[in-house]
Amino acid sequence: MLSYLVFIATIGGVYTLLALSLNLIWGSVGMVNLGLAGFFAVGAYASAILTTMGKGPIPLGLVLALGVGALAGLLATFSTKRLRDDYLAIVTLGFAEVVRLVAQNEIWLTRGADGISGIPGPFKSALGPDFNAFYLALTMAIVGVVYLLLRRIDASPYGRALRAIREDPQVAAVAGKNVMRFKTEAFALSAAIAGLAGALYGHFTSYIAPDLFQPLITVYIFLAVTAGGTGRPSGALLGAFLVVFFLESTRFVVEFVPGVTPLRASALREALIGVALLVVLRLRPQGLLPERIRPAPKGTS
Amino acid sequence: MLNGLVAGTVLAIPAIGFTAMFAVLRFPNFAIAGIATTGAFAGYVVNTSFGVPAAYSLVVAFLVAGLVGLAADLVTLKRLRAQGALVAAIASIAVNLVIENVVRWVFGNELRGYDLPIARDIRFGDFRIGPQQLESMALAVLIMAAVFVLLAFTRTGKAMRAAADNPDLARLKGIDPERIAMIATFVGMGLVGTGGMLIGLDTSIDPLTGFRVVLSIFAAAVLGGLGSIPGAVLGAFLIGIAEEVAAYALSPTYKTAVGFAALFLMLTLRPRGLLGEKEA
Repeated sequence: MLSYLVFIATIGGVYTLLALSLNLIWGSVGMVNLGLAGFFAVGAYASAILTTMGKGPIPLGLVLALGVGALAGLLATFSTKRLRDDYLAIVTLGFAEVVRLVAQNEIWLTRGADGISGIPGPFKSALGPDFNAFYLALTMAIVGVVYLLLRRIDASPYGRALRAIREDPQVAAVAGKNVMRFKTEAFALSAAIAGLAGALYGHFTSYIAPDLFQPLITVYIFLAVTAGGTGRPSGALLGAFLVVFFLESTRFVVEFVPGVTPLRASALREALIGVALLVVLRLRPQGLLPERIRPAPKGTS
Repeated sequence: MLNGLVAGTVLAIPAIGFTAMFAVLRFPNFAIAGIATTGAFAGYVVNTSFGVPAAYSLVVAFLVAGLVGLAADLVTLKRLRAQGALVAAIASIAVNLVIENVVRWVFGNELRGYDLPIARDIRFGDFRIGPQQLESMALAVLIMAAVFVLLAFTRTGKAMRAAADNPDLARLKGIDPERIAMIATFVGMGLVGTGGMLIGLDTSIDPLTGFRVVLSIFAAAVLGGLGSIPGAVLGAFLIGIAEEVAAYALSPTYKTAVGFAALFLMLTLRPRGLLGEKEA
């Protein structure tokens, strides 16, 4: 039971990173990323390929995942720079699908649908059974660092500029903010965090395959961010763990529904996720921890 | 090439539905994947269980998909639209997830085929084409003509175009925006469902039928310019042909990636699409 909880908590940590990534872009800047699963996959594959085929060290893999994630983020925003956000929604959704297609078909690089197994974990052989507990601590430490960084950004003039762009890009531009640059930078940072989450996931479970990066993950994270509260890192943290709790408890609940085949059980669970997201959007769109608008600092005018 | 032309004609139907809904409601409705699947399965049920020929089953696909789409919109999306286009778009993904899993619950994951008369391919010199493909293409052209007549000559069609063009002005003229939104959703989703079945006729269907073609539908609509119906038709032809050519030149598995690449290039070079709206 304890090892199960440790496992779930680590996955919760990974989801928290994803939720923080989405919160930065959706909560602070008001841009949408429907391809979160794609950036997650890109990071997971980058680190897995480096550490298995390239025999590279794991820390380098994490750094690489950050870099590749950011690069993918730049690429995705590149074509939609001058466009409205509904186009970005379509492009990011398509991006995630293309990532999955490439992962499935470029067998020389990704081993196709079989996936990459035997991804090394840090100190795995030395720690033996304690590995999961250690990895949980490591994940939480990384989550903590990212969390503090985002809190810092949130409170800084940079974060205020991002929120100004969310509220009204034209006014922000008139105030002398380079809206395009802010948006591109924020999106790249967000994608980098998603990539890091992917790398952490891969080194934890030691196995990744294209099927693990279904668009469903993106829905989970949207549910986490909207339920927890958009525009606030602590909301993302709360939301991610709520979603993991919800996912795991529905796993047990659907078993009690009589006469349900495994296929129907999974269909029911997925449908419940969709319903949950709709209910949250309808009843409490600001989330459990709504954004606090700080009073503007007193200017010297 | 010929296959591409067939694929393009068939793809045009859901692309028109998607773009028409976007024109009136101003948000990309991602639930079209599930609705296309719903239409395909609705047609499948009347086709295989009641022995209705495929061409007539399309009517059922249209009605069921339209009604399910409209119901989903009234229950969930309608109230969320006020929160902005992006919230509605995200909610439509959740709607899609629910619809897809309802279909999975009822029909399971296995592949299913329609009851179609077996017939020999027709040859045109070096080209070969299945009679079913030819029939699908003819039906698609017929549906497009019907949509065109609806929009160009009927009162409702004119009201829809007016509402898409300038909602405020349309309201001043006494056009009820709620009614137009409902009609647009019903007709748009109906077309998407019909398209789902037309696509399924060529191969087989399963709960992910709609999801697999959804990227091509987006690509067609964006390529032609979101909100433009002639644009969606043109975009669908181009995507259809490009995908078939790419399936020969590259590998068939990258078919959908080609659509995305086209979309990506288009947004970089000419963001409002081939026949897009002027303001962007």
